[in-house]
Amino acid sequence: MPDWLAALLITLLKGVLVALALLTTFAYMTLIERRLLARMQIRLGPNRVGPLGLLQPLADAIKSIFKEDLRVTMADKLVYTMAPIVAIGMALTAFGGIPAGPPGSLFGENPWVYQLDAGILALLAITSMGVYGIFLGGWASGSKYPLLGSLRSSAQMISYELGMGLSILGLLMLVGSTAFVNIVEWQAQNGWMVLFQSLGFALFLVSSFAEVNRTPFDLPEAEQELVAGYLTEYSAIKWALFQMAEYVNMITASAIMATLFFGGYRGPVFLEGLVPGISSWPIVWLVLKIAFFLFLFIWVRGTLPRFRYDQLMRFGWKLLLPLALANTMLTAAYLAFARGAGLWPLALLSLLGLLALLALSDRVRVLWNQPTGRGAADDSFPARPLGGD
Amino acid sequence: MTVEPLRPSPATEAPTEGALLHTEIMSLNVGPQHPSTHGVLRLVVDMDGERVVRVTPHMGYLHTGFEKTFEHRTYQQGVTYAPRTDYLHSFGHELAYVLSVEKLLGAEVPERAKVVRVILHELGRIHSHLVFVGTGLLDLGALTPFFYAFREKESVQDLFEAVCGYRMNQGYFRVGGLARDLPEGWPGAVARFLDQLERGVDEYTTLFAANPIFIDRARGVGVIPAGVALDLGLTGPNLRASGVPLDHRKDNPYSGYEEYDFEVITSPDGDSLARFNLRLWELRQSAAIIRQALGKLRPGPVKDPNRKISLPPRHELETSMEAVIHHFKLVTEGFHPPRGEVYVPTESARGEVGYYIVSDGGSMPYRVKIRAPSFVNLQALEYACVGAQFADLITILATIDPVLGDVDR
Repeated sequence: MPDWLAALLITLLKGVLVALALLTTFAYMTLIERRLLARMQIRLGPNRVGPLGLLQPLADAIKSIFKEDLRVTMADKLVYTMAPIVAIGMALTAFGGIPAGPPGSLFGENPWVYQLDAGILALLAITSMGVYGIFLGGWASGSKYPLLGSLRSSAQMISYELGMGLSILGLLMLVGSTAFVNIVEWQAQNGWMVLFQSLGFALFLVSSFAEVNRTPFDLPEAEQELVAGYLTEYSAIKWALFQMAEYVNMITASAIMATLFFGGYRGPVFLEGLVPGISSWPIVWLVLKIAFFLFLFIWVRGTLPRFRYDQLMRFGWKLLLPLALANTMLTAAYLAFARGAGLWPLALLSLLGLLALLALSDRVRVLWNQPTGRGAADDSFPARPLGGD
Repeated sequence: MTVEPLRPSPATEAPTEGALLHTEIMSLNVGPQHPSTHGVLRLVVDMDGERVVRVTPHMGYLHTGFEKTFEHRTYQQGVTYAPRTDYLHSFGHELAYVLSVEKLLGAEVPERAKVVRVILHELGRIHSHLVFVGTGLLDLGALTPFFYAFREKESVQDLFEAVCGYRMNQGYFRVGGLARDLPEGWPGAVARFLDQLERGVDEYTTLFAANPIFIDRARGVGVIPAGVALDLGLTGPNLRASGVPLDHRKDNPYSGYEEYDFEVITSPDGDSLARFNLRLWELRQSAAIIRQALGKLRPGPVKDPNRKISLPPRHELETSMEAVIHHFKLVTEGFHPPRGEVYVPTESARGEVGYYIVSDGGSMPYRVKIRAPSFVNLQALEYACVGAQFADLITILATIDPVLGDVDR
């Protein structure tokens, strides 16, 4: 077998494995999400199909495949069909670039499907293509609720894309490379990036929630307003593909956060004393870190209400973007003037910035609250209990 | 391709000031099947982008013809229909109906029955407000509060079930008193529930009502100033949230409300946040009223002793011919109130509920007109929504809290 063919086959195999792993994770993610949400909401959640409801995803899959695939008359047939494929295609493609272990650690192969020098930039580019799925799907549905949902979605994704890209600029300047492996190895030497870029991480986390359309930024599919947003006219497997795309995007976002800010595929070094080599085991550490962020997504969903559209836009443009720029400036200033002092001044500065932001969080709310009508009164309530005589 | 507009398009000139972009105005049909219309309300919303230009409610999808049905049922049978009007605060309508008939008839309600009615009336208010808290936050995208509020709501319904066997649409009040006495141990169960409720309300206050996103979504949204609220005929929590302390429990006491010590909560803000918080405070007030009522509960009859109004006890039917005759007359044709008309305003969870009953001296009402608060309150929807975001429309609708059975009757 010629070398190029072997390389191609191995890459194909890895691609298929990653896709299968992602789809399985998606299936069980839905179950875990429902069970966890149920725990938070003092109820049981699905527990009828199989032990602990473990076969529920299987039942759901069978249902969505065999359900009648409805298409509304007004829908644009081609685009309507293509949209979910674009969404899931982009979502699956994105994940392949994330390294799950050090080079050559997976039976002598590299534990990623493809590796580009552009790394994180390429990945951000691919994930932003995913918005086409949502946008086109909503537009092609030929119905008003999906249209509104997809309009919201495009505006939201474009706005938060900027904040997201800018919030990692500081990180990229520190590392001096955009390739994931370099970012992870830099962290293995210097410590987790979240220490030195805590402000950047906070911004990135918020943008990620907006990018994957999760509560409190789930406006494109805001059930109580837009019925189901861009998903309204979709049914059966097409609907399931959109759901899949959303969850795969969640997994990808978690993986990016883990890789950029939490040491990626490297495990904690202090465990080396117990089991030598444990910190460079492939896959395990990345999966654990991804699981943590997925839990965070679910937890937030169980806790928060939803932003309003105009608040969301102002939040993105007036708070997130300037702060991301400020973070970039901060890091740039550090690199220009204080590089010799080690990384800790930067960690301190970044943390101070984040704490200041949290302390001022009640003040900065005016940024995204444009008073309507008479405007806001004060917090004190009830103002005056009357009656009694 | 365009969809045929449902009615002539509204004015095409830009309705919003200061907006940079104008888009074509789009009519969006919301409901009657929609997750947040609280039943089968249909709204035609004209929007400029995401900004609401005009809202037209279309009602009648739940019209059941209750008012007409009353004309073909005896007064006592009418008790079955009243609670079905507002299915969330059934006892509010039930009480308003029996109070009107009793006034027409001059019936004497025993003290114990009055106290039990107050307890159930307030429990009904708690039930309705709990549904409001849960679904209101659900409409803002928060999933969890719904389940927390419904935990307590289910407990209220357990209490209803213990009293009369029904969790909804109870039909427990009778003209002249109650259908039967309370089950044993019920007051204790109510007291235990009140403890649970107060813990629950504290929890909602810290967990949901203090959430910054919720406050941002609700404050200053859908402001209805006091003058406008009065002009539109708003009553109940919606009016009090605009700063007008009208509460018929205080202003026109009925069923012994003058003997209870409670506060009429108002807020000067008139926005969605005020309407929401006000109901949380009213939950506490209702709990206080019920606690006082439990203290007033003394053994005694629960029906008017007048045999022309209340059915005789079962055991008398075997020994007394007179009792048999009364029983027969009451069951076959009911009582005959004198000619006249009557209206008793009461304070339900949604506002002023009153049954305007015209009697021609027969055994059935000549005409019944229900003063339904949801119907009137819904008038404020368009006023509050114009100029707001589409998402605000949902918030405002949720905080106005209409019950469609009450709107359409």
